[in-house]
Amino acid sequence: MDPKPLWLLAELTYKCPLQCPYCSNPLDFAGGRFKRELSTAEWCRVFREAKALGVLQLGLSGGEPTLRPDLDELIRTAHEVGLYTSLITSAYRLTKERLAALKAAGLDHVQISIQGADQEMSDQVAGTASYRDKIAAYQYTKELGFPLTVNVVLHRRNLHQVEALIRLAESLGAERIELANTQFYGWALHNRDALMPTKAQLDEAWQVVQRERARLGTRLEIVWVLPDYHEQYPKPCMGGWARAYMTVTPAGEVWPCHAAGRITTLKFENVRDRPLEWIWEHSDAFTRFRGDAWMPEPCRSCPRKTQDFGGCRCQAFLVAGDAAVTDPVCSLSPHRPLIDAAVAEVERAAAAGGGQERDEWTYRAAPASRALAGKG
Amino acid sequence: MNAVADATPRLHPKARLTRDDVRGRDVLLYPEGLVTLNATGVEILRLCDGNRSLADIVTTLEDRYGTTGLTADVGAFLEGLAAKGLVTYGP
Repeated sequence: MDPKPLWLLAELTYKCPLQCPYCSNPLDFAGGRFKRELSTAEWCRVFREAKALGVLQLGLSGGEPTLRPDLDELIRTAHEVGLYTSLITSAYRLTKERLAALKAAGLDHVQISIQGADQEMSDQVAGTASYRDKIAAYQYTKELGFPLTVNVVLHRRNLHQVEALIRLAESLGAERIELANTQFYGWALHNRDALMPTKAQLDEAWQVVQRERARLGTRLEIVWVLPDYHEQYPKPCMGGWARAYMTVTPAGEVWPCHAAGRITTLKFENVRDRPLEWIWEHSDAFTRFRGDAWMPEPCRSCPRKTQDFGGCRCQAFLVAGDAAVTDPVCSLSPHRPLIDAAVAEVERAAAAGGGQERDEWTYRAAPASRALAGKG
Repeated sequence: MNAVADATPRLHPKARLTRDDVRGRDVLLYPEGLVTLNATGVEILRLCDGNRSLADIVTTLEDRYGTTGLTADVGAFLEGLAAKGLVTYGP
């Protein structure tokens, strides 16, 4: 059977009050490509088409999705058509009244990010004072009876806080904590030198995760997203290209994942021009790397190709300059030295005592986006 | 957790039973995941209303199918979902 999508990530807007330097939004999020946001009616049509196509899980994300004044209405429609809805939010200035209204509209699950285990770290990484709002919103979320996921992106500056982050999620009564090691796309790739951890940091954090999993059992699910630069084989990105997942961007472009828009050699379609089903079945962006006919060696004859699907197309494009080659993270890839060099540079700098200049990152913000947009 | 006969299982509020028309199956949706259910599974979950005890549910199903000895199967099914936090037991 042809694959049908199970997951839709709706990026409702790229506006965001936070400025996290690893933001997964495109570097050029402030540019003309994403300016004309979909209307309420257009999003509602996307949700109906998505359900008819097989989608069951809807992530409402951004940017900051609560900046959409019509969020209640979008959730109501998504709920009515039978989608399981997750709100993925920074919780900046999110009130209990607003959350209650979203619950009444049918919201199923709330995911709230935090950028560090304490106010100083969280606000420093977010670039916006937001820690207090987050802690308050975690409590509202539980008081209103939502299942709660705590979302954390890990990197060199906060990786030592893994235990404190897990304890925080536990004390908040969360169901899940997602500890996502930074994946290097978009802003994170731009800031890679300042974000990439050392192997020793990662090993220590992984020990903590294993210990805490044993202690917590089923009380708190700890999701650990692997730091793929430090792995031997690539991640099975999105469970395979265009097999289960699609992203709709604020202005209606449809991508096989939230980073794919950077691949300049693909043609992307827009929900304003085509039905979602046509885009899934026939668009260049979705069909180009579906299945394994596109695979070059070493993937083509590799027994792992049914497990990792050749890894990540975006990473191949961004690091090796060609979306149609093996993920350079793979130890069998001829481009692996590019990854090894980046990892070795972090180790070398750490051994030499770091240095403030290395640790500086560019915050995700509209002026920086406009300045970087021209540079690709 | 080991369910006892007078415990009353109920679906956790985070879980939602839905028909997946496109794939012709019933599923239980929850944060970031889903479980595929067969027809019997759906029937069992429909009986998990927080009022019926495990023993009541088993009796109802045994009467419906004119059979006996379903306790172990029903219990195991619910235990599997309880391990994922999708079913809870009330007093």
